[in-house]
Amino acid sequence: MPQFANIAVSILFDGLAYAMFLFITSVGLSVTMGLMGFVNLAHGAFAMAGGYVVVSLTRSYGVGFVPALIFASILVGVVSIPFERFLYRRLYRSTDLEQVLLTIGLAFMAIAAFTYFYGPIPKSVPLPGWLQGDVNLGFRAFPSYRAFLILLGAALIAVLWYAFERTNIGAKIRAAVDNRRMAESVGINVDRLFTLTFALGSGLAALGGGLAIQLFGLTPSFAVIYLVLFLIVVAVGGLGSLKGTLLAALVLGVFDTAGKYLLADAGGFFIYAVTVAVLLVKPAGFYGRE
Amino acid sequence: MAASETISATERERARERAAEYLLKRHRFRPAEALPWLVAIAVFFLFPERMTFGSQVLIMVMFALSLDLILGYAGIVTLGHAAFFGIGAYTVGLAAARLQWSEPISGLFAAAIAAGVVGFITGWFLLRYRGLTLLMLTLATAILLQETGNLRSDISGGYDGLPGLTFNPLFGVFDYDLYGHTYYLYVLVALAVVFYFVRRIVYSPFGQALTGIRENVRRMHAIGSPVHRRLVTVYTIAASIAGVAGALFTQTNAYVTLTVFDFDNSAKVMVMLILGGTGRLYGAFVGAAVYMVLEDYFSKLSPTFWQFGIGLMLVLAVLFARRGVLGLFESAGEYFAERKKS
Repeated sequence: MPQFANIAVSILFDGLAYAMFLFITSVGLSVTMGLMGFVNLAHGAFAMAGGYVVVSLTRSYGVGFVPALIFASILVGVVSIPFERFLYRRLYRSTDLEQVLLTIGLAFMAIAAFTYFYGPIPKSVPLPGWLQGDVNLGFRAFPSYRAFLILLGAALIAVLWYAFERTNIGAKIRAAVDNRRMAESVGINVDRLFTLTFALGSGLAALGGGLAIQLFGLTPSFAVIYLVLFLIVVAVGGLGSLKGTLLAALVLGVFDTAGKYLLADAGGFFIYAVTVAVLLVKPAGFYGRE
Repeated sequence: MAASETISATERERARERAAEYLLKRHRFRPAEALPWLVAIAVFFLFPERMTFGSQVLIMVMFALSLDLILGYAGIVTLGHAAFFGIGAYTVGLAAARLQWSEPISGLFAAAIAAGVVGFITGWFLLRYRGLTLLMLTLATAILLQETGNLRSDISGGYDGLPGLTFNPLFGVFDYDLYGHTYYLYVLVALAVVFYFVRRIVYSPFGQALTGIRENVRRMHAIGSPVHRRLVTVYTIAASIAGVAGALFTQTNAYVTLTVFDFDNSAKVMVMLILGGTGRLYGAFVGAAVYMVLEDYFSKLSPTFWQFGIGLMLVLAVLFARRGVLGLFESAGEYFAERKKS
């Protein structure tokens, strides 16, 4: 295979795997922000917590990687409910600034707590044999872990799409994102709906956090460093839009990977340049309402 | 009918006088306002060996004051204010390291102009947006500047920064002593000049217009206030002041690295301002001093413990003390005044 085609395939493949990570972690944030307009800077902390649950389960209790991922998602999703009920709920009608301060305060506390228990050194996770090494697709070999990430992402997209577009609850969520007051007046319990999507979003974030360990390593500061990326995906995609989040994750994932392959020195420059360009032209993101 | 109209005319006249009187009175210096400056001077004599730390506190006061202008008065929520601090810091740093321009006071003006220009350009584009979009755009601006610095590390020194900068003595006379006494006074005078300027702005009609924009943008549009122009103006001014703070930071530390552009730096200054209280001028003083002293003490004990403490303080401030430490004092004062009356 010619050199440039080889690089292009690598960029697309890695970019796609990265995009799937971004999508899985950000989609919950997008829906909760779309529903309540709540700026949640603690979303990355839930992802980080999920990652550490996976580390603990696999390292200390010998649980397999995939069961640990599932358990971490459910655990973090359930634990996030009291946060929403007792802290977030009080600030739904407050200003952006107060929401930013509360949630960044929570993120700082989470980082400190996890540093205290796990230390600041990056953690890794033992992978089962079938996720190590490469998988050969005939014309070339790809790393199995990233292939797994892409398949898992695709499956989740299908499930979420079905739940969002074809089920009763999905219809209620879409109605509440479009017009909250109208949804309430036709009898949809938006508060309960929100608690549900918040828990689901935090659970997905935890899944993303668990998946990220192998890609980037896990330190407590994950909660803030990658938070910026999740927020960017949400802002570029448009609040509360599944389609938008996916498109934004794909565009940003591929651009960032391409930038790192082709111009290693420029580092993170591309992802921010693309963000600024998109938001200047479409302030509400790809599929957001102006 | 006619009688009531004449009465209302004289009453209107009186009301106008009262309003003018109120505005004038508000603008006058009150005795209590001397307090922070007296404290700053007392610190100079009481803790002569802690002057380097003292200078850092004063610099953060200036930085927080610049944020107060846009966040507290104009209500612009930004996550990228460190961008201007960084521009100021690097203007002075690069001038000294690459152009041998080591005169400190002209360096401050250069930093103010450079940061002001960046503030004007970015503000012109960004201040049309609100909410999450504005948060992300301000954040991305600071990171883009940092990445640009990293990209041209041949000029900026990258993440290793520009170490070992030297600056000329002040006015060619006062050299810098080991304990930083000269620097402390230098920063204090700079802060006093900046503060006087900010105070004038806040109590001017322009400052009133900013408060109006914070409280109700639509109404300000409706009464014909040029909202965007006002916001860009105050954003530019705040950027210049943050630039001066950054320049002082480089001059007192004699080094600068790209970490000045960090999100942490933007978040830190916001936490200080929130702790002190927004939109009240002296909130920046109280917040920065309290934060820096606590940080100095607790981060020596345990940085992890300190980070947990900041998080907890933020959460508690949002839930129970939305007007900051100064707001708490005010509430306590009102409470005791009420009790005295009854």
